[in-house]
Amino acid sequence: MSTDVAPARSLSPTKAQLIIGVPVALVLAWVLFFATGTSAGPAIKEPGDFLVTMLDGITLAALLFVVASGFTLIFGLMRTVNMAHGSLFLLAAFAAIELQKLMVGKERNIAAEDVSLAAWLVPLLVGGLVATLVGVLMHQLFLKWNQGEDLRQALITVAISVILADQMLANFGGLATTMVWPGPVVHFIDIFGSRYATSRLFMAAVAIVIGVALWLWLTKTRMGMIVRAGVDDQDMVRALGIRIQVAFAVVFAVGAFLAGLGGVMGASFAGAAVGATDGAWLLNSLVVVIIGGLGSVKGAAAGALLFGLAQSFAPAYLPTQYSFYSVIATFVLLAAVLVVRPNGLYGKAS
Amino acid sequence: MTATARRYAIVGALGLALALLPLVATDFFVDATLTRALILGLAASSLIFLHAYGGMTSLAQTLMFGVAAFMVGNFSVSEAGSKGLKLGLDPWLSVLLALLVTVVVALLFGAVASRTTEIYYLMLTLVYAVIGFNFFGQVTTFSGFGGITGIDPPELFRLTTEAGQQADGRRIYYLILVLSLVAYLALKGLSRTPFGIALQGVRDDPVRMASLGFNVPAIRTIAFTLCGVVAGVAGVVFAWWNGAIAPQTIGLAPTIDLLIIAVIGGISYLEGAWLGSIVFVMAGTYLRNLPLIDQIGLTEERFNTVVGLLVLLIMVASPEGLTGIAQRIRGQRPARPDDFSAAGSPEPTQTEQADA
Repeated sequence: MSTDVAPARSLSPTKAQLIIGVPVALVLAWVLFFATGTSAGPAIKEPGDFLVTMLDGITLAALLFVVASGFTLIFGLMRTVNMAHGSLFLLAAFAAIELQKLMVGKERNIAAEDVSLAAWLVPLLVGGLVATLVGVLMHQLFLKWNQGEDLRQALITVAISVILADQMLANFGGLATTMVWPGPVVHFIDIFGSRYATSRLFMAAVAIVIGVALWLWLTKTRMGMIVRAGVDDQDMVRALGIRIQVAFAVVFAVGAFLAGLGGVMGASFAGAAVGATDGAWLLNSLVVVIIGGLGSVKGAAAGALLFGLAQSFAPAYLPTQYSFYSVIATFVLLAAVLVVRPNGLYGKAS
Repeated sequence: MTATARRYAIVGALGLALALLPLVATDFFVDATLTRALILGLAASSLIFLHAYGGMTSLAQTLMFGVAAFMVGNFSVSEAGSKGLKLGLDPWLSVLLALLVTVVVALLFGAVASRTTEIYYLMLTLVYAVIGFNFFGQVTTFSGFGGITGIDPPELFRLTTEAGQQADGRRIYYLILVLSLVAYLALKGLSRTPFGIALQGVRDDPVRMASLGFNVPAIRTIAFTLCGVVAGVAGVVFAWWNGAIAPQTIGLAPTIDLLIIAVIGGISYLEGAWLGSIVFVMAGTYLRNLPLIDQIGLTEERFNTVVGLLVLLIMVASPEGLTGIAQRIRGQRPARPDDFSAAGSPEPTQTEQADA
């Protein structure tokens, strides 16, 4: 459990405001007025580049939220760190890619015009369901009986992710493949002279629909209520005679489904490759939930937004010859959040 | 003989066996298998120490390994064709500077992580590891994707002398063997110092330690830094042995491999580091030679499936790994058989021994 030790309390609000406020103001001033010599340029001179960067960040954040919310739900309720989350993401992507090939009737060189909306949405759902199936099996076979031993569970999921990655390598090969966007959503729009792909906006829209559905499920249904209560106080839920094992199974299924949906969207937007995609998305989920606070869906949304924006703004607004240092932005963001709030933005001291 | 004395006797005997092995083993076995295994073992020992004595399951040890290795490369290499800073310094001075950089990086990363423990620590340090991989992959000032090549060890450990004669390639094996033994004894010794006791106190009850006036984040940061140096030393030897270091050496897969080594050996026992690494490297090298392995479709290409299944089996059957199984066979109580989720205490305390 995270221990918020006495001498390391969260900082006082005014100090925190200063620590956060001053750097944020400096960064804003840089982006708006002084960012000459960067690939984007100052926002007041290049509003198109600024908006495109902003949209890139927000659309990425939408996808990050879908994937990370699954991770955080599972952790929040069961304290299980699912290190195979990225593998489920990738597995769903491969399943969807294979199904799309079948539905389009072409093995390779699928163009967007060949793909109807159904030939994208059906693989999306099927990919999600494949991830769900594997996730549920994983939970029922390997995780159900050692509930509460969090390190052991994490290592079990590590082992499963290693096996899954190796088997995917054997069955789908090591080359990067990609899911093809449906023809109707592939256009370009003009933003102050910069072209922008509508497929990214479509992805964000799908992600938002998923997010809203998740929110409705968590707030308006009985199962959602039990899940929220379980995150808050598991012992009390048990004491009330609610079968929490059912909620555990359902949440694991939902978490895996979200990883799967994210995987299909991610494969459409950035492709899929064993050893790269799975690791990258496990990492993305981890960063988002560490920033947002483990177990909090609201935190996952906030973390996704911050991380998404940091990933799009850092390379665009660092001076061109130093833009490769943008990888450090992730660490700076993490460090800044953890210094002010050791348990993440919405995390509770447990 | 007490359990502790017996343990040192076993470790001493194993050390002696490893020291004598090159007299009978082939060059390939010593250089490709054992040396690599001991390097990984040294790195894994830092992971195990942090987990077993500090309650911090750190996946950043591969990163510390990498920081030191990359820095040795940056400082010592001078060839025009190579990447990095190409400072061309003396190899020994390079080691000193590289470890200094490792200390600074470890202090920074350790301080940021110092208020988290256990599973949170695992997640945060995994993020560190991947950030480090991306850093060295992208920042061409220090490495770039291809890594640094042409790293020469000091004269003493070179394969060829200045005159071009073949020198004894086993020196680097003895170097890593000695370093491993020193690290083992030093980490064991450290656990008995006031600092080591305080660290174990922080592992067991940070809130109480804090109220007793100990600076818990500082203790964690220092432990992380010390272990960072141990991993860094392993990284330096790796750079010398391999002659090159690339970001792929410290990527996500090698990071997970180091954790797997610790798990196979026994993540609560310092000895498990080297046991696990020897088993892991031997499996990687010799698995293909086993009979029947082809027939069940597990060729060496599917090495990871075998390793994954092995870890899964260990986690399901005996989370204490091989060292724990060995203890069980000898009829001893494994350190903490029923409380694996909390970091295991490798040495039973006085009261626990009295209970048992």
